[in-house]
Amino acid sequence: MDARAVPWIVALPLAGAVANGLWGGRLGRRGVSLVACLAVLAAFLVSAGAARDLAAAGPSPQVVRLFDWVAVGEFRASAALQWDPLSALLALVVTGVGFLIHVYSVGYMADDPDYSRYFTYLNLFVASMLVLVLGANLLVLFVGWELVGLCSYLLIGFWFERPAAAAAGRKAFVVNRLGDAAFVLGILSVWALLGTLEFREIWRLLGDGGGALRGHPGLVAASLLLFAGATGKSAQLPLYVWLPDAMEGPTPVSALIHAATMVTAGVFLVGRLWPLFEAAGPVLGAVVAPVGAATALFAATVAVTQYDLKRVLAYSTISQLGYMFLALGVGGGGAAFFHLTTHAFFKALLFLAAGSVMHALHGQIDLRHLGGLRRYMPLTFLGFVVGALSLAGIPPLSGFWSKEEILHAARAHAVGVWAVALVTSFVTAYYATRAAVLAFFGEAHQPAHAHDPPPAMAWPMAGLVVLSAVGGFVGAGWAAAPLHALLQPVFGEHGKAAAGSGEVVLAVSVAVAGVLAGWWAHRGRREPDLGPVGRVLAAGWGVEALYDRALVRPAKAFSRLLAERVDAGGIDRTASALAEAVVRAASAVRTWQTGNVRQYAAGVLAGAVVLFAYWVLR
Amino acid sequence: MTVDLRPLAPEVVVAAAALLALLADVFTRTSRARAVWWLVALVALGWAAGAVWTAGEGAFGVLYARDGLANALQLVGLAVAAGGMLLARDYLARVGLDRGEYYALVLLSTVGAMLMVASQDLLFLFVALETLSVPLYVLAGFARDSHRSQEASLKYFLLGSFASALLLYGVALVYGATGSTGLARLAGAEGSFPLLVGLGLVVVGLGFKAAVVPFHAWAPDVYEGAPVPAVAFMSVLAKVGAVGALVRLLPLTLPHLLPAWQPLLAALSAATMVVGNLAALRQTNLKRMLAYSSVSHAGYLLVGVAAGNGTGVWSAVYYLAAYAAMNLGAFGVLTFLERAGVEADEVEDLRGLADRSPALAAAFAVFMASLTGLPPTAGFVGKFYLFMAALQGGLLWLAVVGVITSVVSVAYYLRAAYAAYLGPGRAGVRLHPGPWAGVGLGVSAAATLLFGVLPGPLTTWAQRVAALLR
Repeated sequence: MDARAVPWIVALPLAGAVANGLWGGRLGRRGVSLVACLAVLAAFLVSAGAARDLAAAGPSPQVVRLFDWVAVGEFRASAALQWDPLSALLALVVTGVGFLIHVYSVGYMADDPDYSRYFTYLNLFVASMLVLVLGANLLVLFVGWELVGLCSYLLIGFWFERPAAAAAGRKAFVVNRLGDAAFVLGILSVWALLGTLEFREIWRLLGDGGGALRGHPGLVAASLLLFAGATGKSAQLPLYVWLPDAMEGPTPVSALIHAATMVTAGVFLVGRLWPLFEAAGPVLGAVVAPVGAATALFAATVAVTQYDLKRVLAYSTISQLGYMFLALGVGGGGAAFFHLTTHAFFKALLFLAAGSVMHALHGQIDLRHLGGLRRYMPLTFLGFVVGALSLAGIPPLSGFWSKEEILHAARAHAVGVWAVALVTSFVTAYYATRAAVLAFFGEAHQPAHAHDPPPAMAWPMAGLVVLSAVGGFVGAGWAAAPLHALLQPVFGEHGKAAAGSGEVVLAVSVAVAGVLAGWWAHRGRREPDLGPVGRVLAAGWGVEALYDRALVRPAKAFSRLLAERVDAGGIDRTASALAEAVVRAASAVRTWQTGNVRQYAAGVLAGAVVLFAYWVLR
Repeated sequence: MTVDLRPLAPEVVVAAAALLALLADVFTRTSRARAVWWLVALVALGWAAGAVWTAGEGAFGVLYARDGLANALQLVGLAVAAGGMLLARDYLARVGLDRGEYYALVLLSTVGAMLMVASQDLLFLFVALETLSVPLYVLAGFARDSHRSQEASLKYFLLGSFASALLLYGVALVYGATGSTGLARLAGAEGSFPLLVGLGLVVVGLGFKAAVVPFHAWAPDVYEGAPVPAVAFMSVLAKVGAVGALVRLLPLTLPHLLPAWQPLLAALSAATMVVGNLAALRQTNLKRMLAYSSVSHAGYLLVGVAAGNGTGVWSAVYYLAAYAAMNLGAFGVLTFLERAGVEADEVEDLRGLADRSPALAAAFAVFMASLTGLPPTAGFVGKFYLFMAALQGGLLWLAVVGVITSVVSVAYYLRAAYAAYLGPGRAGVRLHPGPWAGVGLGVSAAATLLFGVLPGPLTTWAQRVAALLR
């Protein structure tokens, strides 16, 4: 299977979405499940087949042009897909993990009345993400980018009867759009600077560190704008606020958002435009790495204090994405995408385990009310522990390999960033252990009928347990690091040098210390009082409150002002005029002629005077 | 000198169809017979469109010239007229207003817009503008039993006359400055003070028609009161005429005065985008929301005019075509809804639409996505072109304002689209599907998606207009 098969990777899930959207009602639940799951499975198989031939085809990306899309004079963008190591890796992760989550959903959503709508959105979500990772130019990528945002809005707000769900969906979309505004401006500036949006052209123009354009201010501006877009989609400081609320959607959706689709898009964008970021001089080291490091530590500390298990996992995702940006910032592109892959495995596993807890306990997810579940739900327990230890970076689980590589890359480039990453590693191990202890150990709080989920949910979890346990070997040095061999043409030699044994011992000791500290502090489901520090952390360092005061409320006040003053006339006076008109229709004409119309005419005149003044004063 | 009437043939056909539509009421009693006349008028529109399509260049004296811009915008105008007729028929029949005059007014107004985009003389432009406007005043008040409709009509008329007077005064000043009202003489004119003031007043008059801030205050009130199909029609057609005239007057005729008018147009554009979108945010009445949305779109269209370059000119033409499809569609959906005997015009009234008619809800979502500028719809491609033009024209800040206001607009468009997918429906709201309006909506939705996924042909077509740039 060569690159010509690539359009099918997008077309199959899209066809699934169309089929379920139009005929979902007639297909029945079994039909809907089959269509949705098989569409994603088929996309995965096509990706795997095409990826196998990638090595034979050589390092240059293959582009499949579908049709001319937009043409403005010398500027042309076609609807085209690109098949190269990076898009292949992401396509495999998206469709592979996506498939497992689809299967899991069959069990999880079995009783939901909107079954076919759910799977329509889910397939559409996967298809959108595939457009994003396969696009051959920034414009196609942007189409996927926006569709992913739209689908997340639909899925987070899936249970729209709950006001919190609808609000969370809106918040996700609006915050994402803030990042998107920067992204669009970034696209426009790339075009203004380079005259092209095709990735291959950008690479050609900026290869070897950017040539004459190296450090060009326009390039710096473009990369900053694009990075701002990435922080929105990948929930980094300061635009992370939507992700913790995004928990209002069905849990498999959270798994999909956190593991396979959506939040990895920002990391992917930076990787995709790697030559541009490298050529932009100090942006990677001075902006991307610090933002990533700060987000990693910040979100990890907040995760320590959360009681909602899914919010713990959400902050953990923000933190782990911070790791990926940190790795990109210190030049470790290979390490970042290695971590993206392992994170997809263990984070999906953690969410599916959390979902199976919710499934068994009718939505109960508060860590204060859980406990002792390991006796009733052995598989879920195993899944959560493997996921948590992998997240903590305990060898030989998958997270260990990729995190260790990030630490190594950071150490080599920026000691400060490395120190932050190391501290974060300790905190990560601590909160992962805390969540596992509070949910699965100690005395049971639940009715004894809690049990492991049905096979449709159990098998995907089992698959992810295996992947989380041994998935790290794809990048391990002793296994010849096939992942790095694949990504080598994209990121060059960065991040390949093996870490010294001293570094590995230090990293593992820190992780183990975190686990032991978490175990000791919460032994027997204890919850030590962290005092005022704990309250600050629990409130997310007050960032959201600050946003509310500094941004949300002024914006609301401003639009209220506009509505009441500027639009004033509008509603109120029309309403009163109407009321009068009903009572005394005959005199209504007089009402129309006074006030309103004169006021409007005065507005027109004032505008004309301003124009006049402009000519005079010019 | 022989007078060649052939370039005017499309206008003559549409005007004749208008007269036929008026006569129809005299000779027919049954609604079936009226439908025949209505179809004849529709066919006449198609015939006129064919004539415009095949027409090359031509002129009627020094007042009127058929060129690329005129042909392109006349086609858009004819499409809008066809859309206006399709969307109106089922609605008017339902509310008992199915009279020939309605279609006659639609067609006459279309003739005005067609003349407006082809006029080569400011006085002729004024006459064309009135031909466009007067039928719109009447259409706004077409629901004779509705006080809101009457009020809308009167308000529109009073303010419209005021704006026309300003425009006429501007024409007088231009005449005083250059000794002519012809665009040919204006083309090389020196940028004297009276000329600039005169131009400014002409811009005010045209800006009023297009609902440009600060000349927009009438739009929400008028749109709220007028019957929905009339709003759908007038909100687009007036913009076709006004933006077409602005394009002809400024970038095409006065490129040498660009430094003088560009800052002004850019400021108007930015103000319109900001005020339109922010004011729309808090509307709970769908018609008012769409009215402010229509205001904001005048701002986006002005980005193309302000850019002052070839890309700006053809982007504005492209965006007019895209706007015609998506805005006719957005208002068209409302023609199907009724609450307690009147138009259902609250955002809440859309609730449960997806359950009752999935196709209608999907079409509405497409229109909203396109108005926001989400890919892959016509609105996205159009806005992309316009912002590109602004960048090429050195108006980076205007592009930034455009992008940011588009982002803001997501909030209110999506709220409306989302309402359609929330169940259950609001009590008392009824859905009246109509076959003809269904055809109109289907075509609009298909065009909105087609221009977004495969914008190539329409782009090439619009780009021919840029060849006019001196």
